[in-house]
Amino acid sequence: MFALLGLTPDLFALFVVFGFMVGVFFGFFGMGGSFLVTPALLILGYSAPVAIGSSMAFVFGTAVIATMKHHDSGQVDYRLGALMFVGIALGIEAGSRLVFGLEVLGVAEAVVGVAYVLVLAAIGLLFTRSALNDGDETGGDGDEANDETDGETGGGDEVPAIAQKVQSYEVPPMMTLADGQRASLWTISGVSAGVGVISGFLGVGGGFVRMPAIYYVIGTSLAAAVGTSLFTGLLSGGVGAFTYGRAGVIDLGIVTALLLGSALGARIGSGATAYVDEDDVTVYFGLMLLVASVAVALGEAAAWLSMPVLDRVSFVLLVGSALFVCATILYHGALAVRRERGPSPSP
Amino acid sequence: MTGTELLPGASPTVAALAVIGVVVLEAVLLYAGYGVVEDRLGPVVFRRIARR
Repeated sequence: MFALLGLTPDLFALFVVFGFMVGVFFGFFGMGGSFLVTPALLILGYSAPVAIGSSMAFVFGTAVIATMKHHDSGQVDYRLGALMFVGIALGIEAGSRLVFGLEVLGVAEAVVGVAYVLVLAAIGLLFTRSALNDGDETGGDGDEANDETDGETGGGDEVPAIAQKVQSYEVPPMMTLADGQRASLWTISGVSAGVGVISGFLGVGGGFVRMPAIYYVIGTSLAAAVGTSLFTGLLSGGVGAFTYGRAGVIDLGIVTALLLGSALGARIGSGATAYVDEDDVTVYFGLMLLVASVAVALGEAAAWLSMPVLDRVSFVLLVGSALFVCATILYHGALAVRRERGPSPSP
Repeated sequence: MTGTELLPGASPTVAALAVIGVVVLEAVLLYAGYGVVEDRLGPVVFRRIARR
C-alpha cells in the first residue's frame, strides 16, 4: 500500500504525525492549517509546485471535514461564501501563474520561501504581541481577557467597530448578509481577490487572512466568519487543487497521510476549545510561528550557501516548535478535563 | 502518486478531477470514521483522564 502511494513507511508516518499536529492547530485556533505544511515540504526537498499543490489539496480535504462540522451548527453563510469564491478563484489563478512563471525563471523556491518567512514572522509577531498585551491588560487572567475582547467588539456575536466603519461607506451595489448586516460588493470583491492571490502564491488556505478579513472588514458575526471562511477555504482549496492537479504536481501519498492525521487532530483540537483558555496557548502559537519563520529562512540559506546541515536544523526547529505547541494544547486540555470532571480539584 | 500516475493516459482535467474525487472521498470517510471512534472512545478517554 505504501509503495502504491509512493512514500516510504517512515515518511508516511512522519506526515501522519505532522498532519495530526496541524489538525490540532486548525481545530483549536480555526487557522494555521497549511502554512506549516508547504514550508515543511519545501524543507524536505519537494519542488515548490509539488509542495504548494499537495498543500492545496490537503487544505481542501481538511476544509471539507471542517465545513461538515460547522454546517450542522448553521454557521455558514453560503451566499457570501459563493460570492467570495469568484474573487478568490481569480486571485488563485493569478497567484499560481506567478508561481509557475517564477519556476520557469528558476527562482520559485527562493521567492516563495522569502514570502513565507515574511508572512510567518508577521503573523507570529501579531499573535505574540496580542497575547502579551492581553496578559498585561488583564493581569494574565484569561477570562478577563475574553471579556475585554468581547467589550471591544460589543460581544462575540456582534460586528467589530472597524467593520461597522467600513459598512458605513455604502458604495453600491450593496448586499445583505445572512445575519442581516449589509456590505458593499466592492469590499467583498477586494477581500476575496487579495485572499485568492495569497492562497495561490503561497499555497496556503488563507484562513489566517480570510477569517479576520470577513470579520473585521466585511463584517459578520464571529461564528459566521469562521464557518463562512471554512466554506470559502473549501472552494478555494478545490480550485487550487484543480489548478495544480491539472499540472500533475499533487502527491496523493502526501495528502492522504496528512489527512489521516489532521482529521483526528482537528477533532481533538475542536474539543479542547471547550476546556482550554485560548490565551494560555496563544502566546506559544505566536512564538512557534516566529520559530517557523526562522526555520524557513535557514532552509533558504541552506540552499544559497550549499550547507545541508542548515536544512536539518531548519526541519528540527519547525517540527519541534509545532510539537511543543501541540503538546501544550493537549496538556492544558487534560488539566482542564481533570479540573472539571475529576473527583477533587487539584490544589 | 500523482493524478497522472493514478489514471495513466487521462487528460489533465480528468486527472485533476480524479485527484479531487479521491480527496473528497478520503475526507468523508475520515470524518465518518473518526466520528464513530469519538462516540465510542471519547467517554472512556475522558473518564481515564479525570481519574489520573
